[in-house]
Amino acid sequence: MLRVDVTKQLGEFSLEASFESQGRVTGLFGASGAGKTSLINMIAGLLRPDRGIIALDNETLDDTSAGVHVPPHRRRIGYVFQDARLFPHLDVRQNLDYGRRMNRLAEDQAQHARITDLLDIGHLLDRRPGQLSGGERQRVALGRALLSKPRLLLLDEPLGSLDESRKEEILPYLVRLRDEGIPMVYVSHDAAELRQLATQIVMLKRGRVTALGGVKVLT
Amino acid sequence: MFEISPAEWTAILLSLRVAVVATLVATPFGIALAWLLARREFWGKSILDALVHLPLVLPPVVTGYLLLLTLGRRGLVGAWLADNLGIVFAFRWTGAALACGVMSFPLLVRPIRLSIEAIDRRLEQASSTLGAAPWQVFATVTLPLALPGVLAGMVLGFAKAIGEFGATITFVSNIPGETQTISSAIYSLIQTPDGDNAAGRLVVVSTVIAMGALIASEWFARRATKRLHGN
Repeated sequence: MLRVDVTKQLGEFSLEASFESQGRVTGLFGASGAGKTSLINMIAGLLRPDRGIIALDNETLDDTSAGVHVPPHRRRIGYVFQDARLFPHLDVRQNLDYGRRMNRLAEDQAQHARITDLLDIGHLLDRRPGQLSGGERQRVALGRALLSKPRLLLLDEPLGSLDESRKEEILPYLVRLRDEGIPMVYVSHDAAELRQLATQIVMLKRGRVTALGGVKVLT
Repeated sequence: MFEISPAEWTAILLSLRVAVVATLVATPFGIALAWLLARREFWGKSILDALVHLPLVLPPVVTGYLLLLTLGRRGLVGAWLADNLGIVFAFRWTGAALACGVMSFPLLVRPIRLSIEAIDRRLEQASSTLGAAPWQVFATVTLPLALPGVLAGMVLGFAKAIGEFGATITFVSNIPGETQTISSAIYSLIQTPDGDNAAGRLVVVSTVIAMGALIASEWFARRATKRLHGN
């Protein structure tokens, strides 16, 4: 379970969001500039709330009144960015292996094989990120986040930088991923995308939560 | 005609040793300082930045004299080092290396700083969400991506160190076999009535070394751009 109750002032923009989510895939929906990315950056620990609490499965990640802030690298929260952010100096294999090395996890051949299969990236392992298409890059970024064995996966408009046909290419992989059972927070401004993926919706408008509930709040 | 005498060889090898040691010792400090200047905001940052660049704008003889005052045998720090640790810089080749390290420091730091500034910080964020502690982010993302800049800085610093004259001769004098580098050897030779040929040979040698360093530096810079674009 994810519990978020935070406020954050970013220049002129103020973010005040409070929600709880039991859902397997929490869809964070809103127009651009609604504060979605700031909100998941706070969940990831990349941005500190001015006031409030963030808790995941009974572990407090942020509690400003108690001075608690768990740094990003100790949260075990995976993050798939809109722009993939693969490491340009590493090939795909090393990118995928990065989280395992940093967390000093044992090698897990079965898991590695399953995820490269699931995402269809087995044939890309020896390439550099610069030699991948946008869709391939995004699939590798998904694999990289998954292989760090996160307990929550954040996806920030993972289809945002792709054209329509590429979106169609990635969407089935995301559906497969949802059925893997890792809890996800999926950020999007595209209602159709969220209808396919999310089990619960948090609607955000100019920094405030305006609706909470099942996918039917999208209509 | 182009026969290098043993005395000239001594000066050339000493110059190389001084420049290599100066560069290798200065590099870790240079990386730390470049990272600090590129990535952190703190009180006194502009003062520190100015201090790093000072040897570039001060007359070298002033830098050498300041070194002599602080690290000479009777200098505040130098006396303490000699009495307590037995380390002496004055009139030793290590002193020449120190002077060269100080003089080349701004040239070493600058390319490293620029290459760290050019790194997309979002890659460092991605690294931390994958479980990398701050030192791991530095070791696995920041440093490898800045490496071409580090090498370019080392080459430039080396080239500066091998040509350094003013600060070195002021601080450690011009003792053949101990502190007489190529530059101070040339200086001595052109003041000797028939030293022109020998001076000419050393001029050629130092030009070749400097050109080599510049070409290497250019090559590293080109690799840097390539690497950051991921090809």
